[in-house]
Amino acid sequence: MAKHIAAKVMDIPPGERLSVEVQGRKIAIFNVAGEYFGLRDACPHMGGLLSEGVVIGLVEADRPGCYSYSRGGEIVRCPWHGWEFDLRTGKSRFDPNRWKTHSYDIEVGDVQQLEVETVDVTTEGEFVIVNL
Amino acid sequence: MPANQKLVIADCDIHPSPKSVEKEIFPFLEKRWRDHYQTYGMLLRQPYQAGPAYPKGQPDAARRDAYGPNGEKPGSDLEFMRKHHLDRYNIELGVLNPLKSGQGLQNPDFAAAYCKAINDWQIAEWTSKEARLKGSVCLPYEDAILSAKEIERRAGDPNFIQAFMLIRTSEPLGNRRYWPIFNACVEANLPLAVHAFGFGGTPVTGGGWPSYYTEDMVGHSQSAQSLVTSMVMEGVFERWPELKLIIVEAGFAWAPALSWRLDRIWAQNREELLHVKRPPSEYMADHIWYTTQPFEEPDRRGHLKDIFEWIGWEKLLFATDYPHWDFDDPTRIPLPRATDEQKQSFFIDNARSLYGV
Repeated sequence: MAKHIAAKVMDIPPGERLSVEVQGRKIAIFNVAGEYFGLRDACPHMGGLLSEGVVIGLVEADRPGCYSYSRGGEIVRCPWHGWEFDLRTGKSRFDPNRWKTHSYDIEVGDVQQLEVETVDVTTEGEFVIVNL
Repeated sequence: MPANQKLVIADCDIHPSPKSVEKEIFPFLEKRWRDHYQTYGMLLRQPYQAGPAYPKGQPDAARRDAYGPNGEKPGSDLEFMRKHHLDRYNIELGVLNPLKSGQGLQNPDFAAAYCKAINDWQIAEWTSKEARLKGSVCLPYEDAILSAKEIERRAGDPNFIQAFMLIRTSEPLGNRRYWPIFNACVEANLPLAVHAFGFGGTPVTGGGWPSYYTEDMVGHSQSAQSLVTSMVMEGVFERWPELKLIIVEAGFAWAPALSWRLDRIWAQNREELLHVKRPPSEYMADHIWYTTQPFEEPDRRGHLKDIFEWIGWEKLLFATDYPHWDFDDPTRIPLPRATDEQKQSFFIDNARSLYGV
């Protein structure tokens, strides 16, 4: 698995997201309170850019009239048809085993971690790294 | 077509909006109606007057990515629409279907004045600037005489390729009060497009007012079936054999089943409807086209093959509903397996031949 620099940490503050292209793959990277998650930046339904979606929590009803809200900031809603995806897994909420988008392993590190890649480093600091 | 040749698309349902009613529509309204708009607003024939009867699934019912670079309202900026939609999908023909166009307003004279202004606005802001886009003659359809006048005013004007109204009328559309509209459409050689939604004042389902937007959304196919049934049974297509009807955004998979049921019941009650000379399915096949957005999405796309064949590939028109949230992407809809000719007819040729452009 190769590591690729996707962005600077400062480019994706908590609660924000960024669409990047790594090795020809469009990836939406989300910062959820300091944790980073990467999803293929295309809804598996019709291709809406998940990086343009609203990030929400999970509203559920165990039974009619009984609602719960959890996991604030961990669900992205497609900007087109509103399909919901779990940022941690890429799985859809309504049919998680059938409809999912690829989930990428994201980490934060500095340039020394990278073995072969040459990058133009103009700023000191940490980077968001995608493992492909 | 060769695999490397990009599909050319006709999008039969694009919704343009003014950036501002005062700046873009007022220039085409008399002072009397500008004052009316500001004093009384736009009173529709529906309950829940503060907004749409059902809250939309997304703000402005729009794709979240359809706002312009400076926050322009979805569908309000031509330059953005070109880049974001027309160029991106290789759309050669885009049919403008303005909503909030004065249709369904309770005051019939205001409805007519506002529809006329919207029609002028389509030329000024859209069709005169972008040859790929064609306008719709918005009709104040609850007043058929005023609607016919608006059709006559636009007859022969190449900026317009269809007359346009909404599906939820205050009475079933085959009713005699609407007949002047059909006559005018035929005289002007314009197809009549009937789009989902509307303000008939009656419940949005055959069983009353439902609780949720989702029920509102699936209610359009009910409305469309009532409309088609009414037009057939009132003998509209018998009286105007040249009338072309386009059902827009109300589904299509229901059409074959409706035609079978109508044929049977019509045959069993033949003497009630002596003016309906042919089986209802024949009128439907001859006179009705359907835009496909929101596309039917069965678990197996093979299920749609029969539906397409029963309706006829030549009667289905591709549409996206841009910039609305339930947008269909031409490269992603689950089209059934098709020959190149069928794809070509569905994506572009059917529209060209129907509209004569």
